[in-house]
Amino acid sequence: MSPASIRVNDLVIKFANVNGTGSASANGLVLKTIFRMGVPVVGKNFFPSNIQGLPTWYEIRVTAAHHMARSGRVDVMVAMNPETYAKDVREVSPGGWLIYDSTFPRPTLLARDDITVLGVPLAEICNREFQGVRARTLMKNILYAGVLAALLDLDLAVIRGLLAETYAKKPALVESNMKAIQMGYDHAKASFACPLPIRCAPLDQTKGHIMIDGNTAAALGCVYAGATVGAWYPITPSTSLMDAYKAFCDKLRTDPATGKKDFAFLQAEDELAAIGMVLGASWNGARAFTATSGPGISLMNEFLGLAYYAEIPAVLFDVQRVGPSTGMPTRTQQCDVLECAYASHGDTKHVLLFPADPSESFELAALAFDLAERLQTPVFVMHDLDLGMNDWMVPDFHWDDSRRPDRGKVLTANEIEGLSRFQRYLDPDGDGIPYRTLPGVSPKGAFFTRGSGHAKSGAYTEDAHEYQEVVDRLSAKFETAKTMVPKAVALGASDGKPNDVGILSFGTCDGAVKEALEALAHDGLRFDYLRVRAFPFGEDVERWLEQHRLVFVVEQNRDAQLKSLLTLETRVPKDKLRSILHYNGLPIPSSCIVDGIRDALRKGAAA
Amino acid sequence: MTYIVKPKVAHPDLPRNAVGLTRRQYEGSMSTLCAGCGHDSITAAIIQACFELDLPPQSVVKLSGIGCSSKTTAYFVAGGHGFNSVHGRMPSIATGANAANKHLRYIGVSGDGDSLSIGFGQLGHVIRRNVDMLYVLENNGVYGLTKGQFSASADVGSKSKKGDANQASPIDAVQVALALGATFVARSFSGDKGQLVPLLKAGFAHKGFALIDVISPCVTFNDHEGSTKSYAYTREHSEAVVETDWIAPDLIESRKEIAVDYAPGTAVTVPMHDGSQVVLHKLREDYDPRDRAAAMAFVQQHAKRNEYVTGLIHIDETGSDMHAQAQTGDTALNAVPYERLHPGAAGLAKLMARYR
Repeated sequence: MSPASIRVNDLVIKFANVNGTGSASANGLVLKTIFRMGVPVVGKNFFPSNIQGLPTWYEIRVTAAHHMARSGRVDVMVAMNPETYAKDVREVSPGGWLIYDSTFPRPTLLARDDITVLGVPLAEICNREFQGVRARTLMKNILYAGVLAALLDLDLAVIRGLLAETYAKKPALVESNMKAIQMGYDHAKASFACPLPIRCAPLDQTKGHIMIDGNTAAALGCVYAGATVGAWYPITPSTSLMDAYKAFCDKLRTDPATGKKDFAFLQAEDELAAIGMVLGASWNGARAFTATSGPGISLMNEFLGLAYYAEIPAVLFDVQRVGPSTGMPTRTQQCDVLECAYASHGDTKHVLLFPADPSESFELAALAFDLAERLQTPVFVMHDLDLGMNDWMVPDFHWDDSRRPDRGKVLTANEIEGLSRFQRYLDPDGDGIPYRTLPGVSPKGAFFTRGSGHAKSGAYTEDAHEYQEVVDRLSAKFETAKTMVPKAVALGASDGKPNDVGILSFGTCDGAVKEALEALAHDGLRFDYLRVRAFPFGEDVERWLEQHRLVFVVEQNRDAQLKSLLTLETRVPKDKLRSILHYNGLPIPSSCIVDGIRDALRKGAAA
Repeated sequence: MTYIVKPKVAHPDLPRNAVGLTRRQYEGSMSTLCAGCGHDSITAAIIQACFELDLPPQSVVKLSGIGCSSKTTAYFVAGGHGFNSVHGRMPSIATGANAANKHLRYIGVSGDGDSLSIGFGQLGHVIRRNVDMLYVLENNGVYGLTKGQFSASADVGSKSKKGDANQASPIDAVQVALALGATFVARSFSGDKGQLVPLLKAGFAHKGFALIDVISPCVTFNDHEGSTKSYAYTREHSEAVVETDWIAPDLIESRKEIAVDYAPGTAVTVPMHDGSQVVLHKLREDYDPRDRAAAMAFVQQHAKRNEYVTGLIHIDETGSDMHAQAQTGDTALNAVPYERLHPGAAGLAKLMARYR
């Protein structure tokens, strides 16, 4: 191969494994090694809704250009699952490589002449060198990591360092793992021309960055927001958020002397109870939250209407997965937008936040509690599986120590005493937000919270005028919310000139949109880009929509839910908006957007 | 009878309790239930119990679901916050509220529809979790607000107002609570205030979940001949097994003599976590309310004969409530100083090292 075809720090490795065989540690080791070599990486896990025995894939994109999305390419396939060999072979990009366990020859793998097949007798080596079924299975994974180290020029010292940290308490494991790495490395060096023309080389682009998943980041946001009550019912892909919250709190909020904890972690009997616990705790003055996925939101609808109408703060994380119904629990989509925006019967509207990466998961999680208490209403942080469960490279999180929780309009005992009479749903400030009181503070501040018709005093009513007065004020409050939610992020065309065609998107589409913008710019196609970060849409979104003649709305669901919400809740004419949709359960790649826009333009969309 | 407004001014000679309040100050708004409803008698008993317990009104948190019974939380202790939630889901609201502030008193009022049908799951789990609260189940065997359908507590053969006999076997809250490990299980009758008030006081004093199932006849839809939850039937077919007396901490010394009035071996004194005492006067010598299995057998034998066992059926003061199980600290979780909740910017910087 000529030096011209050498490609450094720009490649995709895909691992085809059987789940429950311990491949995750080996794949994570490869990811972290490249990250520690200073090279930006993206890790995506495509796993089954199963514990052991089904196919699972892991994809590492090495990207010096800092791209965040999948590329759609596969340069090196590590094909460890005989069951999916045929499919995995097909997926390798022309000119790519496929590594497999040649202990068991697979003539079918040679069917393609446009890729290079590298056989390594992984099982044979492991059976020779390691004892016990479990060790042999696990070490096979570590062995291929060693093979990759030689093929891709990974730094063995970095690998050793990572193993030493992982097994700090079990030094014997460091040596056995390193032995497997070295055997794989030596075998590859002896058998193949190493490194491959596609390879890694140390860079200095990951300093000040971390690799973290969005669920862990959001959990940390809850800790820093001062949330003390977390209630949930286990559901993929949200469970890791609650697990992380508990792990942080066990470490940070347990008195070492007494073992007493400054948090409550409530595993509910179902999602109905989970949101009930959150509302009970919030109503009683604690910061409380739940994490769930679409099916859980369906069950929480009843209580969400109560929270909206009785004006009780709550924070919910919806880690969206593929629907409808049980759908594909371990695949990703942005398919709960409308479900959350209008959750529950009757006229209801809810505040949604759309983080695009774990940095925003952390920031918006913390902000969600302030918004929920300021607005006295549920706030949804719209995660998805891609954001929640995959590792993303993001800048270090920071915290301003002067920051204090904004508890909103809560009356103290003295303030209550100063009133002639406390009325729960009055709007003295004209912003649609009433004052609330907490139980236990003052008998004069006591009131009866109810989901039944109530007047602005808080008293039960079936009076037409009194009812309408309260729901109209709730509408006014939602207008106020527009001024409080985070603004959209606008990105001009690369040449800085104003443009009348734009792309509007949100959440985890961000990486793919940015990469698509680069690709389209190569073709001379220029677009403005607006990433909305919240619902209700603020005046900034309205203005941006007005300024653009044509807007492509990119989202990950079949029914164009974001586009629907824009047409329902902004002044934009419907025919200005064109959908680019991706909804097969895999994270959106940039090619979907590039192809979609080119196709639309060819059909005369911009004319 | 909402057109009747209670006068605000109380007579100056009305007796006052230790926190300087009259019984009237534990009342709520006027009941909108039917005249003669058993629930109103229970409300009166709750008012009496709170007054006698000297509770500051704002320390009482009242929770309910949906139904006739759930409306009653508006009719007592106006100075305490009330939360009339959604049908069958009050236990989860109570659980969250209690998690946020362990220092208030929680009373949930529910009905047989709210607790044993739509809310059966949540009732079971609030018992399992042993949330520190008093749970009053106002049990009338019918759906009142929707006009007389059988509820899940209706006995086999019990007749509706229209004359239909119930076929499905009943869910008995007392047996359910015993089976699920409840640490305070009682049954009473709305028409027996003498029995109910001390039970309510003991239930408040209990550390953990206290269930009182109160047979509370529905005068409009279930007080006729053939019903097993009418006033007449309940009076005829109840057997009080244990009489309860709650004694405030400061009165324990002076009340010692009274216990002596009972035949030797029949009075059992149970010290409560808050320093008070519950004295149980056994009306049957062979009955021990601390023996869960025996209590269950006794209740089942009576149920077979369509008879109600009343009184404090089971008590266990050795259980751990939800907070004890979760090892939460002494500061209520809605009042922990913010500085204690996270390690700030410096701590965050340290945490970042884990993710490199």
